Amino acid sequence: MSKKKNVSLKTNQAWCKGCGICVAFCPVKILELKKDKIHITDKEKCIKCGLCELRCPDFAIYLEEEENGQ
Amino acid sequence: MAVASKLIENNFRMNRLPHIWCPGCGHGIIMRGIAEAIENLGYDKEKVCIISGIGCSSRAPGYMDFNTLHTTHGRALAFATGVKLANPDLKVIVVSGDGDATAIGGNHLIHAARRNIDITTIIFNNNIYGMTGGQYSPTTPHGDLGTTAPYGNVDNVFDICRLAEGAGATYVARGTVYHAKQLEKNIENALKNKGFSVVEGISICPTYYGRKNRKGNAPEMMMNLKDTTLDKKVAAKLPQEKVEGKLIIGEFVNKSQPEFCEEYHKIVDKFTKED
Amino acid sequence: MVSKNVKLMQGNEACVEGALAAGMKFFAGYPITPSTEIAELSAQKLPRVGGKFIQMEDEIAGMAATIGGSLAGLKSMTATSGPGFSLKQENIGYAMLTEIPCVIVNVQRGGPSTGLPTAPSQSDVMQAKWGTHGDHPVIALTPSSVRETYDLTIQAFNFAEKYRTPVFLMMDEIIGHMREKIEIPDSSEIEIFDRVTPEESEKETYKAYDNSLEVPKMAAFGKGFRFHVTGLMHDEFGFPKNDTTVTEILMDRIMGKIENNLDDIILYDEYYTEDMDLLILSYGGTVRSVLSAVREAQRNGKKVGVFKAKTLWPFPEKRIVELSKTVDKIVVAEMNLGQYFYEVDRVAGKNCEVSLLGKANGEPITPTEVLNKIEEVL
Repeated sequence: MSKKKNVSLKTNQAWCKGCGICVAFCPVKILELKKDKIHITDKEKCIKCGLCELRCPDFAIYLEEEENGQ
Repeated sequence: MAVASKLIENNFRMNRLPHIWCPGCGHGIIMRGIAEAIENLGYDKEKVCIISGIGCSSRAPGYMDFNTLHTTHGRALAFATGVKLANPDLKVIVVSGDGDATAIGGNHLIHAARRNIDITTIIFNNNIYGMTGGQYSPTTPHGDLGTTAPYGNVDNVFDICRLAEGAGATYVARGTVYHAKQLEKNIENALKNKGFSVVEGISICPTYYGRKNRKGNAPEMMMNLKDTTLDKKVAAKLPQEKVEGKLIIGEFVNKSQPEFCEEYHKIVDKFTKED
Repeated sequence: MVSKNVKLMQGNEACVEGALAAGMKFFAGYPITPSTEIAELSAQKLPRVGGKFIQMEDEIAGMAATIGGSLAGLKSMTATSGPGFSLKQENIGYAMLTEIPCVIVNVQRGGPSTGLPTAPSQSDVMQAKWGTHGDHPVIALTPSSVRETYDLTIQAFNFAEKYRTPVFLMMDEIIGHMREKIEIPDSSEIEIFDRVTPEESEKETYKAYDNSLEVPKMAAFGKGFRFHVTGLMHDEFGFPKNDTTVTEILMDRIMGKIENNLDDIILYDEYYTEDMDLLILSYGGTVRSVLSAVREAQRNGKKVGVFKAKTLWPFPEKRIVELSKTVDKIVVAEMNLGQYFYEVDRVAGKNCEVSLLGKANGEPITPTEVLNKIEEVL
């Protein structure tokens, strides 16, 4: 699990099947389902632990490294 | 714009995703773990070969960007044995399900283990035949329901890890999709073992097994995996009554023994490497 | 003067020698009478030429590993007999749809079930054609002597490689266990066909099931092409497609690659067919009795011709129809209770009278029985 600060949480709603696993196991409770699709409620609070990515069966939520200048 | 992590982009056929598995199916978590283990070990993609049989789990290779082979029900290990012996330079991985690996393919599982052929087998165990709609499998617990066990399953379960160990596998581990990071580590260690390796990945099937047996939704089934399992090392320090009824996860076997292809090649070399 | 390489060997041995001459480098199988010598000799000889042999846990696994060996790039063979042939059928169908070249030898014995393990038969002729489920292309060759076993084994490999398909070598226990003196041809006299593989430059564009080619190029696993193979109906890249049009195109191509090349694939010999009243059609070990009887009949002034099928499938329909227009009667002699007979009757029955000399009690059809049949119908 990445502890890096230069990563940010991304979602891919097209792949999300709305199972709710990431929502249930997010330690800071910043994820929710809206119409069966994943939403981040408060990105600032994300601790970038990567648990959502690790347990998402559909690869629909992940930490992406932020490249310089972006 | 990216739609998935680097791990996914590097190891999957992006135009094949999203996969066909149901919402909350744990198989995607194991598939991701396999990709991560391969990436961690830095294998050359061209030399990795992923082979499956039939069932939900067996759709995994189609998504993965390697040499991939989706074979007949239960026979993945037999095909894999041919591929591996014909070209031992290939890193051969078999993905299978509980029905595929231990019912129709049970014979191939024990014999591949007996040979100690260098194949890593990942068994996605969801305790049910999912692709055909929820029939009981050799790992459906006694008493549980399936569409072909409408009054409760009277069969007993296979302990896949003990089966693999008894048959001669030189690496055996069990993990769960809840304990995804440990499972990934198990897969990595299995890949590192030069010999026959079995990783039982306990998955969840909310659609058939879960619904039929009132196990709750996907997050609840995940939670259940946390509550009903114990790590082998933790269990060793606990009194027996606290271990009773828990499913033990962790590494059970990790040993070095002569590998089939290497042994066979010693014979070939005798004839072909004369000065 | 080059000394001739003459050896005394049985059919099963000639099969292995032919396979090695054709370039066999992989054999996976399971012991079964009367084909076991093919496995034994492969086990002995393959490692000596850098090849691999493996005895699998069952017949199904033997077929699966044979396909796996071929996918990894080696010319592969397995051998079996009736019960094992039954068990292999699902994976044979897999090899047909996925277009994996390999050779499956069936040294036929009496059946059904365990039947007569040490007795000859030709009872799996229809199973070769229809044994696996679904429509599929079939090439099945059948030898009638030890030397022909050698030649047709090479031919079986060549057809497998050329058309990217499993090929059956349908032997029978007579041929498998009969010893004859044969002259092994020099390698310079043998034509070998190797599968067409894609070039390095095609890595980015490679289609394992390119429908613009009759027979798509076949890359081996591990050579940098990273393709997918599935027993599901699939598109040109090998990915599953549940689509009627994709299925039709694929099926048309895999049927067509055989049906459009009948002249190349269909092999037969004819004896005395220029001027005849009766044609006897036979194949495999049975031909030997037929030829012996027909020579006797010829000495007695009877105009009897012989058509010896070397390719059982695809069915040599065109030639049989032609011949059926030149005779009053055709007798099909085979060690079963009527399998090829019905196929011959189907195409020739409207031109002449077709009857069966069939036997399935474990004994070969004797020359006397053939002579009696000739007396009966002429």
